[in-house]
Amino acid sequence: MSVAERLRARTPVRRWVGLGVAAALWVGLYRANRPLWDWLLGDVVGLDLESRLGSGVHFFFYDSVKIALLLVGIIFLVTVLRSFMSVERTRALLGGRREGLGNVMAAGLGVVTPFCSCSAVPAFIGFVAAGVPLGVTMSFLIASPLINEVAIALLFGLFGLGPTLMYVGAGLVIAVVAGFVLGRLRMERWVEPFVFETRLGGKVVDSTVGLTWDDRIQMGVEEVATILRKIWPFLLVGIGLGAVIHGWAPEDFFATYAGADNPLAVLVAVAIGVPLYSNAAGVLPLVDALYDKGLPMGTLLAFMMAVVALSLPELILLRRVLAPRLIATFVGVVAAGIVAVGYLFNAVL
Amino acid sequence: MKIKVLGPGCANCVNLEKATREAVAALGIDAEIEKVTDYAEIAAYGIMRTPGLVVDEEVVLSGRVPTAASVRELLEPLVAGGAR
Repeated sequence: MSVAERLRARTPVRRWVGLGVAAALWVGLYRANRPLWDWLLGDVVGLDLESRLGSGVHFFFYDSVKIALLLVGIIFLVTVLRSFMSVERTRALLGGRREGLGNVMAAGLGVVTPFCSCSAVPAFIGFVAAGVPLGVTMSFLIASPLINEVAIALLFGLFGLGPTLMYVGAGLVIAVVAGFVLGRLRMERWVEPFVFETRLGGKVVDSTVGLTWDDRIQMGVEEVATILRKIWPFLLVGIGLGAVIHGWAPEDFFATYAGADNPLAVLVAVAIGVPLYSNAAGVLPLVDALYDKGLPMGTLLAFMMAVVALSLPELILLRRVLAPRLIATFVGVVAAGIVAVGYLFNAVL
Repeated sequence: MKIKVLGPGCANCVNLEKATREAVAALGIDAEIEKVTDYAEIAAYGIMRTPGLVVDEEVVLSGRVPTAASVRELLEPLVAGGAR
């Protein structure tokens, strides 16, 4: 019996039962979160929840638990759904596409394909060597980190459906347009020559073939553990800063300097966000606290996009396959797109 | 048996190499384990998600870090095939 057959043979009932119990537990904890901290900090510890200290501490604990729960739930769901998709299949779908429609498909596939920016380089080589146009490949590489499950989970949990859809829509538009522009600029000669010389040998292994539900559920659990292990320091720092802003920053401090009246606010937010290395989990608690202090949503979303879409470590990785000139253009085009989206949202909201 | 661990040196690749060494030791097979860190070479195997595992020039796994036990399950039938 082959490995695949043996795996398919057992999808135990207890796995489904376990999943049901976990889901019930999740709902219970999510519901109990606010009353629990109201009671624990207000009645047991005796903090005044209206005071600076009280509201800061309450914000920290309540938000930490809420965000952790949302992350666990949404990362799990997204991983299981994405296990039906693979980079190999995405490349097959994009091979031979023309620019335009190709960019739109690449941006959409960037959202649903399981992908980590640590694989950006092999994926870039794999796409380009298989004949996917440069601009279409870039659309994929922009959309993938920009619209990720952590960002969606947190935006939805903290701001609701509207801003989440706005974010996803704006992210898709940026990925499509920026990829298209980069393709039009004919920058192929700024790609390291070895990429085009790479011959794809051997058969392509699609890592998702033959997965059972049991495998997919296990992958979901593993992914939750992996991502949480990776992001918890960012998350705690973010929530901590958020709590400080929430409790202590003067009511109109940020609104005065970065509010809707300051025409440079979006530019400054993006300029700060690009070199900043964090992820959605570290940025969103901050965004949440700043929103409470009266900063406009467009500025905040632009800041968050700049942080997650462009990061120094990923750019350094990409340097292996792209000449500095193309990297600079890439950063410039994407940052310009983010700034435009920020101003647009500030204007219409 | 020639085994190659493909990856630029990230945490995942180190974990995969460890799992592979454990599996090889547990099976008691005579295998040469090589690390491939060059991007061009990795991509030439058609791998787009690191890490990857190549046994006798054939990709058997890519994109995730398996446990030592599942690497053993992957290697076992290949050992039998190689002996024939």
